[in-house]
Amino acid sequence: MADRKRFDVRALPGLSFMAGSCFVLLYLPILLVVIYSFNAGNTVSIWEGFSWRWYQAAWNNAAVQEATLRSLMVASIASVLATAAAVLAALATTRSRGFRGRGIVLGLINQPLMVPEIVTAVGLLIVFSMIKVATGYQGIGYVILAHASFCTPFAFMSIRARLQGMDLSLENAGADLYGTPVRIFRHVTLPQLWPGILSGWMLAFVISLDNVVITEFVKSAGQDTLPTYMLGQLRRKITPEINAISTVLLLISIALVITAYLAGRKRA
Amino acid sequence: MIEIDNLTKTYGAGPQAYQALRGVTATVRANEFFTLLGPSGCGKTTLLRMIAGFETPTSGKLLLDGQDVSASPPYRRPVNTVFQSYALFPHMTCAENIGFGLKMLGKPKAEITRTVGEMLDLVQMTPMANRRPSQLSGGQQQRIALARALAPKPKVLLLDEPLSALDYKLRKDMQIELKRIQKDTGITFVFVTHDQEEALTMSDRIAIMNAGTIRQIGSPRDIYDQPAERFVADFIGETNFLTVGLLGVAGQTARVALPSGRELDLRAPGELPKGPQVTMAIRPEHLELVAADAGQLSGRLSNIVYFGTDTHFHVDLGEGGALVVRSQNKPDQMPRLTAGEAVGISVLPGTGQVLRD
Repeated sequence: MADRKRFDVRALPGLSFMAGSCFVLLYLPILLVVIYSFNAGNTVSIWEGFSWRWYQAAWNNAAVQEATLRSLMVASIASVLATAAAVLAALATTRSRGFRGRGIVLGLINQPLMVPEIVTAVGLLIVFSMIKVATGYQGIGYVILAHASFCTPFAFMSIRARLQGMDLSLENAGADLYGTPVRIFRHVTLPQLWPGILSGWMLAFVISLDNVVITEFVKSAGQDTLPTYMLGQLRRKITPEINAISTVLLLISIALVITAYLAGRKRA
Repeated sequence: MIEIDNLTKTYGAGPQAYQALRGVTATVRANEFFTLLGPSGCGKTTLLRMIAGFETPTSGKLLLDGQDVSASPPYRRPVNTVFQSYALFPHMTCAENIGFGLKMLGKPKAEITRTVGEMLDLVQMTPMANRRPSQLSGGQQQRIALARALAPKPKVLLLDEPLSALDYKLRKDMQIELKRIQKDTGITFVFVTHDQEEALTMSDRIAIMNAGTIRQIGSPRDIYDQPAERFVADFIGETNFLTVGLLGVAGQTARVALPSGRELDLRAPGELPKGPQVTMAIRPEHLELVAADAGQLSGRLSNIVYFGTDTHFHVDLGEGGALVVRSQNKPDQMPRLTAGEAVGISVLPGTGQVLRD
């Protein structure tokens, strides 16, 4: 039974106004980006009628095409690497006898969430340039590796949550029924962990897809991803083409995040 | 079949150390229904998990069929468990659940299919073969869990309070069912429960546990009729305890003086404490209400509690303590008694015993 005298935040004056303003501030700019992506004119602030022309322009722009493919490639490989690392880390922190410094290890895995991104970026830049000098390798591998590292904690969170919610007696039952540890993981743990892995992977993919700061520091010339390409364009002349690309990215992100959420909720 | 040799289990170390098992020794015979019975925290589940291989003993040995398995992991022991929570795999159908153990053992597909069919038949769940556990009721899940544990034909089946989540009627049915399956399969069952009625009705032998030790092992009848000590007598069924004077001991018989001054010969298993006073244990159903001044004891009725099949008469013996007398309800046989009345109590011949504390 609800206690009617319980504190209700709605009793505070101006709450609805406050909340409303916050939502407007959050979403109005995004809405404007989407609206002006359909602008027939050449600017991102003066409406001149509806048109698909900037979507066509972006589609036919070779630089955009190249950056998009690179972004998808980086995100695909990095998110898979990050997810694999996250699964191992989550197993180590939930399916092992408590070991000394478990809390510290957890903190270390989540480090990218706490360390300012710019610091990591500078660090990676320095380390990678040392490796470049030593090995001569100049490829996209550095960007992929950097993305995999900062995507890991995002995948880790959702996979670990799923593992923690799982009934340990199921794995005991697997062992009782002659399953060796490896086969228990394969036949009992993994099938149930799957939704967590899927949602972790999608989250990692989205995070990789829109990263700017670290990519900007780590990439070599001619290795623009879609976000760094867009940043580069903003330094010149801004056209609604940027809005069109943003809108597509927004749709992809929303779709992935919703799928990740639904996958994570399933049978949890 | 199972030899439990002085097993101990200590959790933690130093001042916070907790001894879950303090030297348990027992032998479980082949094909028997063996029950570990005791209050919660007595170590019965720890012992069961140790036989399954989920706990390693701190000291002592565990022999299965003559082989020392103390250090073997669960998947190398020919032992299967029916878990309290059933622990059915939610992503598999009932048939896949039952076949899991055989699959892990690397049995051929045809054999798995045949055994799964037999097991479904045994627990009368054939129509549910392709359902998922979440689509089953608690009682049905229970049957699948049982079938899954039996399918690999283990040497020993361990059951961890498997009936505790079922309602009363279903529990009664499953008790009979389990007993039937145990007889049919000839597999040794080790059953953990805190429900004494369950233990008495199902077991061939019962081990009564308390505080990490086994207090007594015996058939249900032995345990009930001849409890070895006060804890067992108190835990199994209801028992009256009376302080009586010890007059003399001759072999297994002790002559005691009741609070009323009358003398009585009682069974006296084991050694008795030295001293003028000992504890007499007597079941309420081994006492009979008689006319005041007629029995060996006398007192005043303090309370009458009606239980349907029988009635409990609480009798205040004054200085000598209090007793409960149970008598079966038969129409028109009992005189109508009321609280406050003076009554006599007679001890049925051959019942009651002197116990060590």
